[in-house]
Amino acid sequence: MNNFEFVKPSTVEEASAALQSEGAQALGGGQTLLPTMKQRLASPETLVSLTGVEGMVGVSASDGTVTVGGTTTHAQVAAEAASAYPALAALAGQIGDPAVRNRGTIGGSLANNDPAACYPSAALGSGASISTNKRNIAADDYFQGMFETALEEDEIITSVSFPVPEAASYQKFLQPASRFALTGVFVAKFPGGVRVAVTGASNNGVFRWTEAEEALSKEFRADALMDLRINHLNMISDLHGSQEYRAHLVGVMTRRAVESAS
Amino acid sequence: MPKDSGIGASPKRREDVRFLTGTGNYTDDINIHGQAYAWFIRSDAAHGKINNIDASAAEAMDGVLKVFTSADFAEAGGMPCGWQVTDRHGEAMQEPKHPILAEGKVRHVGDPIAVVVADTPDLARDAAEAVEIDIEELEAVMDMKAAVADGATKVHDDLTSNLCYDWGFVEENREAVDEAIKSAAHVTTLELVNNRLVANPMEPRVAVGDYNRANDEHTLYTTSQNPHVIRLLMGAFVLGIPEHKLRVVAPDVGGGFGAKIFHYAEEAFVTFAAKALNRPVKWTCSRSEAFISDAHGRDHVTKIELAMDENHKFTAIRTDTYANMGAYLSTFAPSVPTWLHGTLMAGNYTTPLIYVNVKAVFTNTVPVDAYRGAGRPEATFQLERVIDKAARELDIDPVELRRINFIQPDQFPYDTPVAVSYDTGNYQATMDKALEISGYADFEARRAESEARGKLRGIGVAHYIEACGIAPSNLVGQLGARAGLYESATVRVNATGSISVFTGSHSHGQGHETTFAQVVAEMIGVDASQIDIVHGDTSKVPMGMGTYGSRSIAVGGSAMVRATEKIINKAKKIAAHLMEASEADIELKDGQFSVAGTDKSVAWGDVTLAAYVPHNYPLEEIEPGLEESAFYDPANFTYPSGAYICEVEVDPETGEVDMLGFTAADDFGNVINPMIVEGQVHGGLAQGIGQAMMENCVYDENGQLLSGSFMDYTMPRADDMPMMNVDHSCQTPCTHNPLGVKGCGEAGAIGSPPAVVNAVIDALHRAGNKVEHIDMPVSPARVWKAMHG
Repeated sequence: MNNFEFVKPSTVEEASAALQSEGAQALGGGQTLLPTMKQRLASPETLVSLTGVEGMVGVSASDGTVTVGGTTTHAQVAAEAASAYPALAALAGQIGDPAVRNRGTIGGSLANNDPAACYPSAALGSGASISTNKRNIAADDYFQGMFETALEEDEIITSVSFPVPEAASYQKFLQPASRFALTGVFVAKFPGGVRVAVTGASNNGVFRWTEAEEALSKEFRADALMDLRINHLNMISDLHGSQEYRAHLVGVMTRRAVESAS
Repeated sequence: MPKDSGIGASPKRREDVRFLTGTGNYTDDINIHGQAYAWFIRSDAAHGKINNIDASAAEAMDGVLKVFTSADFAEAGGMPCGWQVTDRHGEAMQEPKHPILAEGKVRHVGDPIAVVVADTPDLARDAAEAVEIDIEELEAVMDMKAAVADGATKVHDDLTSNLCYDWGFVEENREAVDEAIKSAAHVTTLELVNNRLVANPMEPRVAVGDYNRANDEHTLYTTSQNPHVIRLLMGAFVLGIPEHKLRVVAPDVGGGFGAKIFHYAEEAFVTFAAKALNRPVKWTCSRSEAFISDAHGRDHVTKIELAMDENHKFTAIRTDTYANMGAYLSTFAPSVPTWLHGTLMAGNYTTPLIYVNVKAVFTNTVPVDAYRGAGRPEATFQLERVIDKAARELDIDPVELRRINFIQPDQFPYDTPVAVSYDTGNYQATMDKALEISGYADFEARRAESEARGKLRGIGVAHYIEACGIAPSNLVGQLGARAGLYESATVRVNATGSISVFTGSHSHGQGHETTFAQVVAEMIGVDASQIDIVHGDTSKVPMGMGTYGSRSIAVGGSAMVRATEKIINKAKKIAAHLMEASEADIELKDGQFSVAGTDKSVAWGDVTLAAYVPHNYPLEEIEPGLEESAFYDPANFTYPSGAYICEVEVDPETGEVDMLGFTAADDFGNVINPMIVEGQVHGGLAQGIGQAMMENCVYDENGQLLSGSFMDYTMPRADDMPMMNVDHSCQTPCTHNPLGVKGCGEAGAIGSPPAVVNAVIDALHRAGNKVEHIDMPVSPARVWKAMHG
């Protein structure tokens, strides 16, 4: 790890200002950034820790919306969202291992937008709103490809608001080594229709499977998906699964999510 | 009542107290005043010509002592290979030079090119980034069969080809085997891959070199399974340091699994640099670095043919294997696919004719050498897989096919057609035991229950043999070993009766400090707390060949028994003198010497005190003191065996394999500490199941390592493991060592892979899917692909 400056601002304004300096990088729980720095694959000049920023931590529920502060850890979401949004809490409880869950934050995960991370599927599948120090961004506009988001350089995720669906489920098929999602599917049934978000599978990162959404919006049963096949051509192929296998898993995990949605 | 001490008891492992409380002394815990730190600059290219190395900017940096390149080692020897294989034409294997640092060419990703030594680890790493290295990339030699084709790019320009050797065994049987296969009633053929593995011991390798100018003495602290072997190889062949000026210490070592047997360039480097710089030099391997610098394991591509007569008796076996050596010959690499593999191809069966061909091939990959089991898992996997396939083709029960071909209990000692002679065994008994424990007879009910849930249940059986307790020195010498494989022990009894045992066996997780003490405690009748087991330091232990090949209790333990017998004999002489009795009448029981038929006795402590305070002592007959040494060279290998049964459930939608249970019924001969033996089997099974289901070291066609971290190399975790039912009640003691022991360290890793794959194939077949084979690891993606074509 190369040397760096470390600042820990206590307000969003201070944090945003600190991020405007050359070579500054926001630090959430550090579960991706710190290993990358240890390998010298990233060498920020200044780390701007967000965990001391007031008002950015915790889970609250009101009017059919669960709002999660940007520096809330996965373990906190797993515990505190369990009654208000069980599928979201279950997803958070499956991320990484206990060490990761107790350090990693929702803001860090969404800002990084790893194509195999779990949280992007919950945000996109729920139609969440990502609030920053500058604006609110709809999930549909936020995810822009593998490791790409709508965030600007000095923009900080302050909170994420999840509309709570009637029923939802996240089904994750583990990449056996990393235990990220080889393919993970988040299904959420709202009064106005069903949303299906897929992570781990595509070269473009998290995406909505619109054909499945249409079929499930007509009939929310696993059988409604029986004739649907997703095109494998833009899927990831690696040591752990071919494009065809991932495309197949999208179907299996979606059906399982529908069956277990509650 | 189970015993609570001595042989057969299961006291808790005494070493675990320090391991579990953070008070162990590992090599990385050793820090010497004034030490500098080494950072190895390793090749990013699999194959390339080094055009230029410019270290001037790095050497000008504050805190940098020196940047070493191959030019600094012009006077040093290359890394030696400890085993020379003679090929089927009588020619010696091709043996390339293996420099400490790359000379002219790099030959695998991770090949060390230069080393920066600086005042701190960070400075060394910073300076490494300032070293400019110009490498012209060459085509990477990756596929073994293509590597030995005419016109292939050569890994070593000075060799005639990439073929290290073409070994045939037993060469005289070649034509008879061909004939038997041609005339057989049935021949089953199987082509398979034994996947390349990375050992990944919990503790990465570390080396600290120290040099004392006052007396010209070198000390190397290193994570080794065999410090004396390192002293011999490095001192005699690499750096030219005589034994009396070179001390090698392997303190607490956090797992080896074979990868810490070998002499590595980093050890020679820190030893050399400590003298060159007159500073202690430390190198600590990172996990990422371990993936590209620790020797890998396995990596065989094999075709096996099994011939049978009309009664399903095996008549011949023919195998063709390509074995990957990697870019250089690691210390014992040539022995693994040959003598540790070919000699086991008889398995537990009476097959009269066997021919094994092995082509060892150089490629632009990390060197491959012994990994838990070393050659024996490769033999067992192909044999137990082809037998399963044969049973399916012949539509007979795979257990029955094994039974009718087993060497029967009354046939021991049994001479196989592949040079080894099994002393004891009872394969029907271990098979019976495994079937009983696993509930084999009730499998169908369980399968039906799985089917009702939409899951495919399968059961797989394998039976293994291994050759342990390596090895008779005269025999291995004939086979090409450049070392003897005896073991030594010194038993030092102190004046008050406490005992220090110095053993050449090295414990790096095996629990020797507990087990070995149990043996001496039992022999003398003192409490084990009075006995210390000392190992891992060439300045304390007279000589040692180290720990691998499940040899510690069978060879090292035997040496300790012999030395203890000498102690007891001398102590009896002293006791006889003290009690004014005849030596022949002295009995030793529970730490008391008594005169047979009388009530006269003296305690162990009285005798040991007399030995060191010889006021009333037979000085004219025996010397004072009580210390004895012994070297033990085994008369034969030992032959543990066992039946393994695995039960799995396959998810037909995803190909995921859920391992429901694993049964291991082993025959280890006599057992010293049943708890430790069970732990060894658990660990072996974890590695065998890991190989079968998860672990896979994969390169791309350009020689880049795709599985270079735990993000992509699937190490088995606790929650991947099934319930393991482990039994060692079937015991046919070894006939040629004093304890009747066989060794248990590798069994689990040898017997389990074929049981796992057999179970998965069984599950698919029972569901009507006639998949013949799936290469390891049987990952979800591979199982799904096999099911859906």
